[in-house]
Amino acid sequence: MARQGHTVVARKVRRSVSLRKAPTGIQGLDELTGGGLPKGRPTLLCGSAGCGKTLLAMEILVRGAVDFGEPGVFMAFEENTGELTTNFASLGHDLQALVAQKKLVLDFVQIERSEIEQTGDYDLEGLFVRLGHAIDSIGAKRVVLDTIEALFSGLPNAVIARAELRRLFRWLKEKGVTAIITGERGEASLTRYGLEEYVADCVILLDHRVEGQMATRRLRIVKYRGSTHGTSEYPFLIDEGGISILPITSMGLTHEAGTERVSSGVPRLDVMMGGKGYYRGSSVQVSGTAGSGKTSLAAHFAHGATSRGERCLWFAYEESPSQIIRNMRSIGIDLAPAVRRGTLRIHAEQSSKCGLEMHLVTIHKRVRDFGPQVVVIDPVTAFAALGSEGEIKAMLTRLVDFFKVQNVTALFTSLTGGSTFVESTEVGVSSLMDSWLLLRDLQNGAERNRVLHLVKSRGMAHSNQVREFLLTDRGVELRDVYVGPSGSLLAGTARDALEALEKAQTLVRGQEAESKKRNLERKRRAMEAQVAVLQAEYDVEQAEAAKVIGQDQARAGVLAGDRVQMARQRQSDPGSAVRPRKPSRGG
Amino acid sequence: MNTRSSKGSAKARSKAAALRPPASEPGRARYRLCLYVAGMTPRSSRAVANIKEICEEHLHGRYALEVIDIYQQPALAMDDQIIAVPTLIKRLPQPVRRLIGDLSDRERVLAGLDLEPQK
Repeated sequence: MARQGHTVVARKVRRSVSLRKAPTGIQGLDELTGGGLPKGRPTLLCGSAGCGKTLLAMEILVRGAVDFGEPGVFMAFEENTGELTTNFASLGHDLQALVAQKKLVLDFVQIERSEIEQTGDYDLEGLFVRLGHAIDSIGAKRVVLDTIEALFSGLPNAVIARAELRRLFRWLKEKGVTAIITGERGEASLTRYGLEEYVADCVILLDHRVEGQMATRRLRIVKYRGSTHGTSEYPFLIDEGGISILPITSMGLTHEAGTERVSSGVPRLDVMMGGKGYYRGSSVQVSGTAGSGKTSLAAHFAHGATSRGERCLWFAYEESPSQIIRNMRSIGIDLAPAVRRGTLRIHAEQSSKCGLEMHLVTIHKRVRDFGPQVVVIDPVTAFAALGSEGEIKAMLTRLVDFFKVQNVTALFTSLTGGSTFVESTEVGVSSLMDSWLLLRDLQNGAERNRVLHLVKSRGMAHSNQVREFLLTDRGVELRDVYVGPSGSLLAGTARDALEALEKAQTLVRGQEAESKKRNLERKRRAMEAQVAVLQAEYDVEQAEAAKVIGQDQARAGVLAGDRVQMARQRQSDPGSAVRPRKPSRGG
Repeated sequence: MNTRSSKGSAKARSKAAALRPPASEPGRARYRLCLYVAGMTPRSSRAVANIKEICEEHLHGRYALEVIDIYQQPALAMDDQIIAVPTLIKRLPQPVRRLIGDLSDRERVLAGLDLEPQK
C-alpha cells in the first residue's frame, strides 16, 4: 500500500470519525453544537455555583440513557445518590428506575479531607478502578464527573491531583466514553483549578447573572474543537420539563411565506386588507394609546381563531385571565367557552417576574407545548422595562422569527405614550412587523374618539383610509371617517353634527336645484312655443311658395309641349319626321 | 458530624493528636486495619511492608490487618470510598481514619494511628 498517497485520505477519515457527536437530546443544545457533544471525548462544563451544571450534566446523561441507548455513569463528588435522586425526581426523572434498568450508575465519591492523612507517595488508581468498574458494569457510553475539583480540595497534594487528572482524561479518551466534567468558575480563569488545561475539546460555560434584579441563566460554548458552533450567549430555562436552551437558529430569515389568509376577526378590517385579513404566519402589531381598543381588537382576533377551530395562546402581561374575559364580555366577545374547550389558553403573568430571555424561553416552551395557530402578546410593551432598547429589539426579533418559523400568526399589542405622535412605538419593532394597525385618539371638543389606520400591511393591497373605530356591545365596528370641510378628521358627535349640518345643506341645495329646474322648464316651454309659432309661419310661407312654384312649372310644361308639337308639324327634323310618315306609307 | 466545616483542619488535628497524651489505655486497644492497594506495584509492596513493620513494632498481638487489591475487589473499594491508593483505613479504635500514601512517613503514620513513637 502506498502509504503516503493515503495519508490525506486517512486523515480525512480519521477526522470525520473523531467528529462524531453524541446528541444531548436537549432542546436547543444540539442545534448549537451542530449535533451534540464530541463523542468519546471529554467536555468541560463550567460555571459558578447554582448555575445548573449538575442539572445539565445529568440531563445529558439521562437522555443519553433513555433516548439514545447510551448508558451512563454519574460520579458525584458533592451530592450523594439519595440527594441526587430526590433532586431529579422533582424534574421528572426517576433515577432509581434507570439504575434498576442498568441504564445508569450513580456513584457518590466521598472525600473527607479531615479523615485523610498523607503518609507518602500515592496515586488515584482507586478512582480509576471505581470508574472503570462502574462503566464496565453497564457498558456505559457517557460519564459525568461532578465535580472533579473536589479532588483538589479533598486531597492533600495538588501536584499529585493534577498529574492524576491529566492521566484520567487520557484514560477516559482511551475508554472512548463521552465524558462531561463539571468545574466551578474561577475568578480569572474558566475554572478554579484550571481544568480547561486538560479538557481541550469542548468547553461550555454556564452563567447565572442578575441584571436589573432579573436573574437569567445563560449558556455559551467557549470552545468546540473541530466543529462549528454558536458563539453567543444563549438563555436557558430550567423547569419541570428539564432544560431548554434557546438558540437563534433561524436568524437567516429562511422561513416559508405562505399565501393563506387569516381573518382579523373584524369583517370590516378584513375588507381593508383586500377582504381576507392577515397572512397566516405573519406578525401584526396593534399600537395605540391607553384605552384605544388594542386588547379588544386582539380579543376579536382570538375569538375569530377559536371559532374557526384553531388554537390560540394569549400571553397577558397586564390583566388576569378572568379580567380579560369579563372585559371582553362587555363588548360582546365571550372568550370563556373557548377557554373551557381548551382552544384558548390565557397565560397571564407579571412581566417583571423574570428577565427578557426568560420570557422568551417561556413563550417558546409554551408555544411548543400548546401548538397554537394564533398567538396574542398583550402588550409587548410590557417588556420595555426589562432591558435596553437594543435588548428588547433583539428579543422581539427572535420572538417574531420564532413565530414565523412555527407559522404562527402573532398579534402584538403595543402601548404608545400619551399624546406624542404615535407612529414611533415604545419598542422599536414596527419594522419587524408585517402588518401594523395604529389606533389613534381624536379629540374634538369634550370628546375623544378612536380611529384606526392601517399603517402597513406587507404583501397585500390595503386601504389607505382612516376608519372610525367604535366599541359597541357587539364588538368592534369600523365606520368611514368623516373628513370635515377644512380637511380635518371628524368622528363621534362632531361627525354626527357635521353630518346633520350637511344634510340640511343638502336639503337647501336640493330645493334650490328644484326651483332652478322649474325655471328652466318654463324657459324651455316658452322657447318651444316660439319655435312652434315660427314653424307655423314657416309652414304657411312654404305652402304659399309651393303653390306659386307649381303653377309656374305647369306653365313651363305646357309651353315645352307646344314647342314639340310645332316642330313636328314643321318637320324641322327629318329623322324625327320618318316615323310619323311610316304609318301613312303602309297605310 | 458536619465534616464539610472541618475541611482543611486536618493538619491542625494531626498536630493536636501528636500532642495529646496517649488514650486512656492505648496499650490495650485492639486495632482493625485495612490496607487497599492497586496490584503489586513497588508502591503497594512498600506500603504493605511499612504497615506490617509498624504493626509488629507497636501493635504486636493486638491488631488485624487486611490487605485488599482494588483490582480484585473493585466493589469493596467503592463501598469504602477508595480514591487514592494505597489507603490505610483504621476502623478500630474510633475514630475511623484514613491514611493515604505508601506509609513511609512513619511519624505521620503513628500520629494517624494515635500511637506514640517508641523511644
